[in-house]
Amino acid sequence: MFKAFLIKYGEIGIKGKNRYIFEDALVDQIRFSLKKIDGKFVVSKENGRVYAEARGEFDYDEVIESLSRVFGIVGICPMIQIEDTGFEDLSKVVLDYMDTTYSNKNITFKVNARRARKNYPMDSMEINSEIGHRILEKFSEFKVDVKKPEILLQIEIREKINIYSIEVPGPGGMPVGTNGKAMLLLSGGIDSPVAGYMIAKRGVKIDATYFHAPPYTSERAKQKVVDLAKIVARYSGPIELNVVNFTDIQLYIYEMCPHDELTIIMRRYMMKISEELGRQSGSQGLITGESIGQVASQTMQSLACTNEICTMPVFRPVIGFDKQEIISVSEKIGTYETSIQPFEDCCTIFVAKHPVTKPNIKIIKNSERKLEEKIDEMIRIAIETTEKIKIE
Amino acid sequence: MEAYLDNSATTQCLKEAVEVMVKAMEVDYGNPSSMHMYGIKAERYIKEAKETFVKLLKCQDKEIIFTSGGTESNNMAIIGAVMANKREGNHIIVSSVEHSSVKQPIRFLEEQGFRISYLPVDKNGLISLDDLKNELCDETIFVSTMYVNNEIGTVEPIEEMAKIIHGYNPDIIFHVDAIQAFGKYKIYPKKVGIDLLSVSGHKIHGPKGSGILYIRDKVKVKPLILGGGQQKGMRSGTENVPAIAGLGVATKLVYTNLDEKIDRLYNIKEKLVEAIKEIPGAVINGLTGRDSAPHILSVSFDGIRSEVLLHALEDKGIYVSSGSACASNKPGLSSTLVAIGVDKSLLDSTIRFSFSFDTTLEEIDYCIHTLNELLPILRKFKRS
Repeated sequence: MFKAFLIKYGEIGIKGKNRYIFEDALVDQIRFSLKKIDGKFVVSKENGRVYAEARGEFDYDEVIESLSRVFGIVGICPMIQIEDTGFEDLSKVVLDYMDTTYSNKNITFKVNARRARKNYPMDSMEINSEIGHRILEKFSEFKVDVKKPEILLQIEIREKINIYSIEVPGPGGMPVGTNGKAMLLLSGGIDSPVAGYMIAKRGVKIDATYFHAPPYTSERAKQKVVDLAKIVARYSGPIELNVVNFTDIQLYIYEMCPHDELTIIMRRYMMKISEELGRQSGSQGLITGESIGQVASQTMQSLACTNEICTMPVFRPVIGFDKQEIISVSEKIGTYETSIQPFEDCCTIFVAKHPVTKPNIKIIKNSERKLEEKIDEMIRIAIETTEKIKIE
Repeated sequence: MEAYLDNSATTQCLKEAVEVMVKAMEVDYGNPSSMHMYGIKAERYIKEAKETFVKLLKCQDKEIIFTSGGTESNNMAIIGAVMANKREGNHIIVSSVEHSSVKQPIRFLEEQGFRISYLPVDKNGLISLDDLKNELCDETIFVSTMYVNNEIGTVEPIEEMAKIIHGYNPDIIFHVDAIQAFGKYKIYPKKVGIDLLSVSGHKIHGPKGSGILYIRDKVKVKPLILGGGQQKGMRSGTENVPAIAGLGVATKLVYTNLDEKIDRLYNIKEKLVEAIKEIPGAVINGLTGRDSAPHILSVSFDGIRSEVLLHALEDKGIYVSSGSACASNKPGLSSTLVAIGVDKSLLDSTIRFSFSFDTTLEEIDYCIHTLNELLPILRKFKRS
């Protein structure tokens, strides 16, 4: 029945002279997401609205599902689209539409016609009253409510005529690519994919870095991170996943530094390496899934200590979330089931029984001095040998 | 060099088995139930495989049911036999170290109201015959045990158990999970007193998705898969002709010159055992030598997490399991290791080496050499 979709966007409508940048980015993202599903679609921009029209066969649910993952969209309205063959034909289609769309007709409605094509023989008021009248005549259970209707039946007279009344909510946010790029530290846990999703939602393109420590972490742990990146990429678009071999650095820290400081020092070097990888590929910031107080390495003191090594801004979108709140988002975006697969990541392998919870940056830097001899070279090698995986 | 020492997880399929399978798919692809020539040709593959088992197990051809593998055989044996004989009593005896494909059906029956006795094992994984005698009662209808333990290679006293069980009451059904034993031992169910015997194809160089359940004549078993009545109604569904053919060929070849091959396997195992005895902090779980299965060796390495050692060995081209492959991809620890009383600190430090007839002494040398190289490095970085 539906042949086209009207796509409503929110915030990008208010961006003044830059508005076209945001609209073009949205159109690009919509095209990208529809390319992955069956069917041909023409996506166009017209007078501050975006339309996706199907050419031929397509799967309605699949379209709704893909569009509801495109950031920037606040609503998706499936439309009936007909040629203008006279008012009688129009009203017949509208009656059919109301009949099949609403099996329970004990609800209120209002007709809202818009005449963008001014040569149409009736004006919008006339269309409203005539169509409303005919609906009431044919289906007596419907009632009119002009103030708070349950159904707002839209009839747009353009080159063609669009009829719609359903709006499926979109994810909101801003189209990816309109707010620069950032590097996500992706661990394989629950929090970091959520963090990546949240920043991407603000229009930021993301890349990711994962620290692999064979033989202490398995190939399956790495596969899990690839799987997570794929799920996040359904929202964020393509991600370049950097897999850094971290074993040597980890063992070196283990050998030279006090064991209760391992996690903090390790995380500092992870930040440092991620920042460098980000810089090389044009990121302007880092993203982590840290949340205050969740574990020893995420106390305020620990966060301050890890943050100290970076010059790029570090974005921590779940910083104020409780674990359950993060889990809710991860369930919503579909990363939860993958995140909870039981493969150890490199953070959990070398955890001391009683890690420091209130690290002092001076003491940490003092310990790091013991690494001076080799660490720069090791970082250089780690960056140079980083495996880059394109996640589409 | 590469050494695949995870043959209790699965084995490489024999070329000859692959060839017959390809032929069964490309040339003789008929449905064995079809009346025409294609059907008859396909049926021949099944007959041939069946004959192999009939000769090998010294049984009748109606006693062999082809299944999708060990798990199905165990499920069918346990649920099918208990359900068919539930009027005779409601007590079941099973060892405490069974594979999940036995444990879960037993748990299902427990939920249905059957009383289950779990026989404990000693430090080598052996069931005590006295415990078995003590548990048998008027209500007992079913006893199940594994022949060879998949995690540590213990060989259970099947013959003695059968004598005790059938001496107490010949109507009690005795099921043996021989998935790790088949292909290593000559098994004569009727002579020994085994009523049901589960066999898996991919553990003996056959294809995955193949196996048999031997059901002794006159033993009542209810089918679990209902449908078109294939295999005399015991296991409906068009027979998996390629898998059955592959299983038959693999079985035949594996049992050719078996004694010689088994001697070689024991030599290989002995060599690794001797080397491991020299390694400080390495403990062998269960028995060694001819008292144990020739192809399984379980070793705990103090202070090293098995997953780490596994991946470090993998990096050198050596492939092993941590504990048991079936248990290792799940959180929670191996039940056999707990049951035999392995020290808590070693539970998560246990590796299973398992050999095949293709394993060479050179591979074992390489494995020993690699262990000696890796262990000191890995011990240096243990969890503090």
